This record gives sequence, C-alpha cells and structure tokens, in this order.
Amino acid sequence: MKKLQEIGATGEAYVAAYLASQGAFIIERNWRIKDGEIDLVARESGVILFVEVKTRTTGKFGHPLEAIDRHKAFRLQRLALAWISLHDKWGSEYRIDCAAVILNGNLEPQIDYRRGVL
Amino acid sequence: MTLARIKSIALVGLTGHLIDIEVDISDGLPGYTLLGLPDAALSESRERVRSALLNSGAPWPNKRVTVSLSPAWLPKSGSGFDLPIAVALLIAQGLIAQGDMSRTVLMGELALDGGVKPIRGVLPALLAASHLGIDGAVVPDANLAEARAVKEIEVVGIKTLTEVISFLETGEIPEQIYSVTPQSTYSQLDLSDVVGQGRARFALEIAAIGSHHLLFIGPPGTGKTMLAERIPTLLPPLSQANVLAVGAIHSIAGALDERGVLSTLPPFIAPHHTTTSTAMIGGGAHVIRPGACSLANEGVLFIDEAPECNSGVLDALRQPLESGSVTISRASGTISFPANFLLVLAANPCPCGKYSGRGRSCTCSAAQIRRYLQKLSGPLLDRIDIRTYVEAPTRTEMMQSDLGESSAVVRERVITARAMAAERFHGMSWTLNSRIPASQLRHKYRAGKDGMIFLHNELEKERLSARGFHKVLRLSWSIADRFGRTVPNYEDVEMAYHLREGAEFL
Repeated sequence: MKKLQEIGATGEAYVAAYLASQGAFIIERNWRIKDGEIDLVARESGVILFVEVKTRTTGKFGHPLEAIDRHKAFRLQRLALAWISLHDKWGSEYRIDCAAVILNGNLEPQIDYRRGVL
Repeated sequence: MTLARIKSIALVGLTGHLIDIEVDISDGLPGYTLLGLPDAALSESRERVRSALLNSGAPWPNKRVTVSLSPAWLPKSGSGFDLPIAVALLIAQGLIAQGDMSRTVLMGELALDGGVKPIRGVLPALLAASHLGIDGAVVPDANLAEARAVKEIEVVGIKTLTEVISFLETGEIPEQIYSVTPQSTYSQLDLSDVVGQGRARFALEIAAIGSHHLLFIGPPGTGKTMLAERIPTLLPPLSQANVLAVGAIHSIAGALDERGVLSTLPPFIAPHHTTTSTAMIGGGAHVIRPGACSLANEGVLFIDEAPECNSGVLDALRQPLESGSVTISRASGTISFPANFLLVLAANPCPCGKYSGRGRSCTCSAAQIRRYLQKLSGPLLDRIDIRTYVEAPTRTEMMQSDLGESSAVVRERVITARAMAAERFHGMSWTLNSRIPASQLRHKYRAGKDGMIFLHNELEKERLSARGFHKVLRLSWSIADRFGRTVPNYEDVEMAYHLREGAEFL
C-alpha cells in the first residue's frame, strides 16, 4: 500500500512544480476533511484552483482521468465549497482543474493538465 | 481541427431525413456525450466506435467528446451511424482532412475489430438521399448490391474502417465485390406444374388481369396453395420504379437478400394463420416496421386456412384493401407504408376439410359447417371479387401427360388484357378493372344490353346485392379484356356472375 501512496505523492509533486512554473502559488497540499481530500489548492491571478491529480505508472490501462466519474466529480465540487466556506472565502472566483500524470518508469513523466473541467 | 461534420440518413418509415453528424472534441474530463434522441442501439455506438478505432490503429480522444446528430428533434435509431461517427471523430482529431463532405453520406455498423457490417434500409435511405441532393455514398460492401440500384449516387462499398480512412485520404477505391441477381428473376414455379383445375386456372388469370381479390375453397391437398404460389408468375413484371419501391420495403424489413435486389417478380407473402395483426399490418414500439401486407405491396398476399386466423387480423386488412396503404400510429409518430396487394384467401369447406362433392367422409355437423366459413366477416368477403371451389383433380386429369398452359403464355395474355384496360382508362385515376368506382360503373362502363338485363333480373330476385352487382360488372370487364372484346357481352357477365357467386354457402 505504501507504494501506491508514494506514486500518488510523486504525481502531486510534479503537478505542484508544474503549477508553480506557471506562476501559481500553492496554498495547500492534501487538504483533508471527513468527506475526502483535495490534492492541491493553489491561487493563480486571484482565482482559487482546486486540483485533482491522477497518477499512473503506465498509460496501458486507459487514461488516468477516466477514473473520475460523476460521483467523484460531485465530491470534488462539494469539497471545493467546503474549503471555501471553512476558509471564509465566499465570493472569490474558483476553478476545478484535473491533472493526469503518467510516470513512465525512468523517462520524463507526462503531465496532462486540464483547466476548468467541472 | 477539433470540429467535424459528416452527413448520413435517418429513416422514419420509408422517408429519409438528411442527418448532420457533428463531433466536437474539447478539453475537459474524458467523456462522450451523444445528442439527438438516440435509441438503445445508437447509444451503444460509443463502445463499438471506440473499439473499432483502437483496433484499427487509430487513437481514441481522451478528451471531452460531444457528438450531435441534428436535426435534434428527430428520434434516431439503429447502428448505421457508427461509421459516420467514427469518421467524424478521426476528422475532429485531425487525422483525416475534412474535405468537402457536404454531398456524401456515410452509413454502416462497426464491428469491434474495425470491420463494417451491413445495415437495414440502405436502399430507401439512398433513394431519399438522391432526392436531397446527395451524389456520393459510402456503404458496407454487403449492402453494395442494393445501393448500386440507385443510379444517381456514386457508391463506394467498404469492408473495414481502415479502407474508409484510406479512401477518404487518397481517394483510392477499395476492391468492389458484389453480386447482383439477374434483371428478371422468374421463379422456378410455373403454372404448367398444376394438373387440371380448369376453373381455378381461369379464376387465377382473371384475378391477375383485373387484380381482383380471390378466395379458394377446397378440401386439403387439392392445390389451393400450389395455385396461389403461382400468381406472381402470371402478373406482369414490376416496373423499374416498382422494383425499387418493393425493394425499399424489403430492405427495411431486412428481407431484401431473400428477395433479390433487382427482382422484377412481384412479391409473394404468405403469413401463417396464427400471425398477429401487428405482424400483418406493421408496427413496433420504437421503430415502426412494415408488416406482411406492405411486404406484399405490388404482389400477392396469401393467407392459407383463413378461417383459422385470429379474429381481427383479417379485418385489419380492410383499411389497406380500401386505400392501398396502411397508416400506423404510435407514440413515436405516424407512418404510412404502401400496401397495394392482391389478396388471396384459402379455406377448407368445413372444420374437418372433407365436405366437398357428396361430402360422404365429412364428420362435421351442418351447424359446424355453416359456422366455419362465417368466421370470415361479411365486410371482408364483400371486398373479395372471386370465390371459387378447388376440387381434387380427377383420375383422368392426374393421368394426363401433356402439361397445361405455362405461366409465360398466360402472362402474355394478362399483359395484353391489362394494356386494353389501361387504354380504356386513359386519363383516369385508375388502370385496373377492380378499381373502377361504382358511380362510373353504372354510367360509363356498363356491359352489353343482354348482360345488363341478366344482372338486373338477378338483382330483382334478390340473388345479388347492390355491391355484388358492381363486383360482377367489374369482373365481366376483366373477362371481356381476356377475350379481347371491347364491351362485356352476355357470356362474360354470366361467367363473372359464377366466379363471384359460385360458392353458395357464403
């Protein structure tokens, strides 16, 4: 099990680095409440970003983002609103993004970052 | 290019609608949305298209895919949109150039391995397309023969998705393999197979000349079915327009391969007597399909053991007998199919079937015999012009070695007689004797004087109803045409009277 968590953490780190390189400021990583977890919370030109990261070691078994079904999408919406209300950020603009990371062994990982998917 | 547009045809009954298939690929979570009122088979297209693309070596876009079939209000059904959706997906991904696809339609079902499978209704779809300004089509190669029947459209038959891709990219036409049945397919059946049966043969010929509906009554095994099966060989071959019209109906019913695409032989449809009225008339919950009476359009509808039919099934035929078409209404819409057929009913004389001649071996009571044929309702029988007995051939007839007249000989006479009638009815809305309106019959198309006196006498003695009077008159015109007379004389009218009123217990 440890291994899976490591894979997830690696992917999240890559995405955080990618966001930072795009000029975003990482507010939080792995923000967790009873209902679930948001992988990354960031801010980019005044917009709060909630990012779900899906990491796979290979692309052979379908696209990573196919794992996000309707229920997962609704949960992301709820979590985003929970974060906003707990941090008293009502009224601020926000966006939900998804990122797919394929690690590809020793090769350079592939990041497929999609904005405003929900 | 993330947007692509391809055309296809959706059929509602026999009417084709031009469908625009648009595919848009946008960023977002991987997903597939199909718009435009798809039915179950069409909704499943996603899985077929996806596997077919991947197994043909083409990529599947892991993005947000929106497929729209417009006009959006028209409910669409079936698997024929698989191929155009797959091609539109390839164009939207930039793997094929869009090119000018505004005058070309694509249709076909995809197999998971990327093969292209045949679909129903290609012939009516392309007939409709040619009227909608389409001049090119890509169809499954198994449907190529029927597609080629539409001369206005340049058709390419394909076996696999890979072939479509290379055709659209390079214009290279894959090998076209198909077989077309010969132009004039006359069946193996021939009237010369029938031994004796002089009276029934005559009835068949007159029925064929005027398209008069027919009832055979006779014991089992005397040849009622054998006679009925040979009627299509006595009818004139179908015109080019009717070959396509008949083919189109068989195509949507999935029965065109059996029939042969270019067959000029009028169809012969013989539903079993346990058939339901839906199977007879046509219907269906989502997709409305033609019934037996539409498949028999321009041909013969034969119902053996007619009194055994479920109540209502035969009476449902009254509307098509009257109007030459059926109109079917369901929640999904109202559809008309042509149903212009020659009705042939066959019945035993009694439940045990042996009541004929002196009826010695019959075990039925008088009441049973009377009740049996009463199952055929009055209004239906009123529409039947000819009622005739079919008796078992006698021993001498069975011993005869010389054959009776062949179908070809009789058919020639039928064609000549029909030409006479057509000339007489020039400029009218009908061409067949059985279709003369009653009002015209009394004034314009009277028989000779002797004949009219005979009919009026029978009317007076109440041996003939007013409707029967008209029927006999129409029949006598067919008999006159048969013998090349310009006006029916006394003998023609008398013969017609016996053909119509010959079966006394009806």
